[in-house]
Amino acid sequence: MVIAVLNSGDTAWMLMSTALVMLMTIPGLALFYAGLVKKETVLNTLFLSFSAYAMVSIIWFVYGYPLVFGPDVHGFIGAPGDFFFHNVVESNTLVGSIPTSVYAAFEMTFAAITVALISGAIIGRMKFSAWMLFVPLWATFVYLPVAHWVWGGGWLAQLGALDFAGGTVVHINSGVAALALCLVLRGRKDRSMLPHQLGYAIMGAGLLWFGWFGFNAGSALSAGPLAGSAFIVTNTSAAAAMLSWMLIEYLRFGKATMLGAASGIVAGLVAITPAAGFVNIPAAIVIGFVTSIVSYTAISFIKPRLGYDDALDVFGIHGLSGIWGALAVGIFASPFINAAGTGLAYGNPGQLEIQAVAVAATFAYSFVVTLIIAKAIDLTIGLRVSEEQEAQGLDQALHDEAAYHI
Amino acid sequence: MKKIMAIVRPNKLEVIKEALDDIGCPSLTVTEVKGRGRQKGITEIYRGREYAIDLLPKLEINIVIPDGAASKVVDTIAKAARTGEIGDGKIFIMDVEQVVRIRTGERDHDAI
Repeated sequence: MVIAVLNSGDTAWMLMSTALVMLMTIPGLALFYAGLVKKETVLNTLFLSFSAYAMVSIIWFVYGYPLVFGPDVHGFIGAPGDFFFHNVVESNTLVGSIPTSVYAAFEMTFAAITVALISGAIIGRMKFSAWMLFVPLWATFVYLPVAHWVWGGGWLAQLGALDFAGGTVVHINSGVAALALCLVLRGRKDRSMLPHQLGYAIMGAGLLWFGWFGFNAGSALSAGPLAGSAFIVTNTSAAAAMLSWMLIEYLRFGKATMLGAASGIVAGLVAITPAAGFVNIPAAIVIGFVTSIVSYTAISFIKPRLGYDDALDVFGIHGLSGIWGALAVGIFASPFINAAGTGLAYGNPGQLEIQAVAVAATFAYSFVVTLIIAKAIDLTIGLRVSEEQEAQGLDQALHDEAAYHI
Repeated sequence: MKKIMAIVRPNKLEVIKEALDDIGCPSLTVTEVKGRGRQKGITEIYRGREYAIDLLPKLEINIVIPDGAASKVVDTIAKAARTGEIGDGKIFIMDVEQVVRIRTGERDHDAI
């Protein structure tokens, strides 16, 4: 029998990882989004990420954590309990070799970034009050159940679905929710995406890349070889996807763009997220290289044809690269990296089927429940700002402040 | 007296200032402006979509000088601002009725 023992090296790394993932949301993601919008809507865009982070921080410790990690109830949700994290911190329990408190804080940052990611689809036209209502509803009715299914011992975990750091829970979940929310919200009046300050977006992409080491290598929950392996493939996939996006642009237009490279970085990080900790370096190169083709095609050819206004391509990058990554782990998972996962390439085609089920289930659940939440808000307090407010820009219209006084 | 209004590329300002210094006409006022000409701007690409940028950043240089110096100043600016590519800009010359130096109250030629 193995007796759980606290390991201070693991604990130190997990505290560090928690802070790294926090940095991904604020200011990483917030800057990544804010640089891409009009100069009249910068503060509102930053605000969506900051407010999501703050609200999820509270929800997680009031009732969220046990609904994900509490005792399984019919595979769907954890049993409610430990409200306000009652006695959990005081009782010094462990998850693996780290304190439950550290594990819970680490997982909180995942919940927060998942909700914040959605905001990229709806910038420039959603009421701030509607967002402040959407965040707790979505975190409660979509994030908590899906996280339980995959990470909390729910039905997808029981089925054997692999998701190292959140391909389904974080990226497919938020990407599909972004699609559903922007469909209910409808398009902006002015759909041009001339970034007001591309430098912000590039800084944001850099912070995301940096923070993602906490996201993926931290998901090893220990400071050992698995964390090292996840660290390297994370970096490898991001680099491969960046170069692949640049190559696509070069072949199409004769010039690579910095925003394209940054978009490729994020797509590569998303795609490797479920697979980090399961795949080797050649697989990471393939995953990264292919994912830019998937996301670029969706953004450049499919989105304009279908006409949905996913303003900053949350579905195109997080949703679709997330789907590719979740399937790719079913292909490339190597038992030599992690005994917990064997994919198609190592003689286990069944894993790919399980991954497909996890993708389909996350897609369907997130899409339907997000539609219901969005419709409910639209019919009560309303989702969308007035036409005048939209034309004026949301910083002035909703917050009485401006990012620039020039 | 003439007013010379030159719309030029922003990166040509230093060369133009030096050239005007060399012919003894250092005084000028510069404004950042945006505009377009017959070609209606350029194209930029963001996330695979092309956008027409139809107002480009330019500098507007304003100089007021005695009638006799006008053609020399115009030639100097034109020579310094020229690259030969589309977007070099334009120079407008117009008459000025009066000039007042605020500090001393001097008028016209004395005030230039």
